[in-house]
Amino acid sequence: MDFSTILQILDSAVRFSTPLLIACLAGLWSERAGIFDIGLEGKMLMGAFAAGAFSALATLPVYDGGWGWETGGMWVGMVAAIVASVLLALIHGFASITLRGNQLISGVAINFFAAGITVLIGASWFRQGGDTPQLPTGGRFRPIELPFSETFANVPIFGPIYQNLISGHNLIIYFGFFAVLATYWILFRTRYGLRLRAVGENPGAVDTAGISVIKLRYSAIIITGILCGIAGAYLSLGTSAPGFGRDMTAGRGFIALAALIFAKWKPVPAMWACLLFGLLEAIATKYQSIDLGFMILPGQFMQALPYIMTVVILAGFVGKAIPPKAGGEPYVKER
Amino acid sequence: MNNGIPKWVDVVLIPLLSLILAFMVSGLVVLSIGKDPIQAIKLMVYGAFRLNDGIGPTLYYTTSFIFTGLAVAVAFHAKLFNIGGEGQAAIAGVGVTLIMLAFDWPHWTIALFVGVIAAAAFGAAWAAIPAYLQVKRGSHIVITTIMFNLIAGSVIAYLLVGPLQASGSLPESSRFPSAASLPTLHDILAVVGINFDRFSDANITFFIALLAAFFVWLLIWKSRLGYEIRVFGNSDKAAVYAGISPVKITMIVMLISGALAGLMAVNTVQGQAERLVLGAVEGAGFIGIAVALMGRNHPVGIVLAAFLFGALTQGGVELQFEMQIPSQMVIVIQALIIMFTGSLENLVRMPVERLFSRFKKGAV
Repeated sequence: MDFSTILQILDSAVRFSTPLLIACLAGLWSERAGIFDIGLEGKMLMGAFAAGAFSALATLPVYDGGWGWETGGMWVGMVAAIVASVLLALIHGFASITLRGNQLISGVAINFFAAGITVLIGASWFRQGGDTPQLPTGGRFRPIELPFSETFANVPIFGPIYQNLISGHNLIIYFGFFAVLATYWILFRTRYGLRLRAVGENPGAVDTAGISVIKLRYSAIIITGILCGIAGAYLSLGTSAPGFGRDMTAGRGFIALAALIFAKWKPVPAMWACLLFGLLEAIATKYQSIDLGFMILPGQFMQALPYIMTVVILAGFVGKAIPPKAGGEPYVKER
Repeated sequence: MNNGIPKWVDVVLIPLLSLILAFMVSGLVVLSIGKDPIQAIKLMVYGAFRLNDGIGPTLYYTTSFIFTGLAVAVAFHAKLFNIGGEGQAAIAGVGVTLIMLAFDWPHWTIALFVGVIAAAAFGAAWAAIPAYLQVKRGSHIVITTIMFNLIAGSVIAYLLVGPLQASGSLPESSRFPSAASLPTLHDILAVVGINFDRFSDANITFFIALLAAFFVWLLIWKSRLGYEIRVFGNSDKAAVYAGISPVKITMIVMLISGALAGLMAVNTVQGQAERLVLGAVEGAGFIGIAVALMGRNHPVGIVLAAFLFGALTQGGVELQFEMQIPSQMVIVIQALIIMFTGSLENLVRMPVERLFSRFKKGAV
């Protein structure tokens, strides 16, 4: 395997890991505040659909019922994705915070709902069996060339790395890495973050300090919704085949959940976990099977590896993953 | 617990009101895509219960949902959330396929007997690992069963393009020997002179599902083990104090739950497809959650709820044919039912309880 192949695999690993990373951070916000969220998949799917559908509407020619925009359609899509995903997040919040319902069941319902409604509305709007039309250039996020990528191109090793791996991604990919830092800084360096983490560990103590548990949890849920929307938007606006396809998340919400546990609910490890899972996906996409010399690993094994690794981590064989203590428990104010 | 509301309110009124809410929102969804909800309901009822080719498929789906619903309910009684029915049923399908392809079956009765054992054993085995990891390593059973659903998906994807693939390009196994073919409801009812839909997939497994429901009733309410399960579910501390081993109960409950989910494969893999195909479970594992919720974890309720969901699934097919509403409408309705009877249940329960407590005060 030569240098350029490795670079190519790493480059696609970054691309594959972005939706995982943003969704994983989404889950981190919610679970750190004590709300289990197995509905990441559904919110992402909803975001991907809304992004694809509204970007298509904005950029389709007027005679097709679109607005005929030449550029900027992806921003309409992005806003739609965030709104749609936050709406689902608020349903989850209403069920688990206000009504003190079962958070796991709520997550299952949201995944189901998104799987159905996206196809239903998509088929009714675009008549392509639930898919949206392919998006024109003005409706998607294009790769950004960072400064000096041409200048450095001839520098050995660093040049190609800078040009292929660091430069040349779209805005959402850079946002993903920014979101890691932002999440870390807010959760671990601000008062709001301290309170939010406290709500996930011991809501009673936060309440005693005169701070509203309900408001904090709703704020976390909304951030979760925003991030899931962006993660979904990446899938339909940020890849080389832009447009929404039914069931396009294909389990990524669950891989993100796995990464969250793998990273023990911490932002920077979450980034590494998602990069690792993205790398696995990149390898599985490039090679049908892997010959280890003594045995051949089928591609399906690579697909299952994130889940297997998560089970191993959960079982505490490689460092114990301990979730936030108040996770899944509705908070009942003492009277 | 039940805050002084009569039992019929808890068991009948609240689920019914939740169901009505779910259907009303579903109606709004139908409206929003520019179709007529009243016509849709009529079509679904007609499609699901029509005698020649409606009730048959409905009973076929019902059979699967009874199994997965019972699986979720048994675990619920021990306060365990088995979200892994999907994977357990899928792996059970592998078990059924392996055994069916291994022998030339002399008669369907033997094939059925062995198929049931294989499905239950493989389903239970797939549930055993998460159960063991929960009791011995403290890993959360919900997360591990989700992971095991996804791992099962990869296992089947691998088997169907690898070792189990029949000659040909389709990802499916060889067909089972014809002697292993299970009698359909058409065959059975013909014996007593009823001419039931010849082409439906409903088969003898339906009666096994009813038997399983009866078995669960015996287990939970009439056996010592069932008593221990319920004690453990109500208070694990009290259970330990009474000498009930949490390890034992968790393991046994999850084995039974996995076996029940696995039995679904007898209906779909052995009874219908007669070979292993991709996506044989099709969300039935998740629908089991809704069925258990609607049925209040009681076998009678579960059979009724499974019938409702079976009718929904079959009725949805009709929507696609007659009104060009994608069959995903059914998934939306199921999602809304899970929401309103599950996570949003208090939306109905709280006002109803308030109403009853006021009513009671007025009476005194």
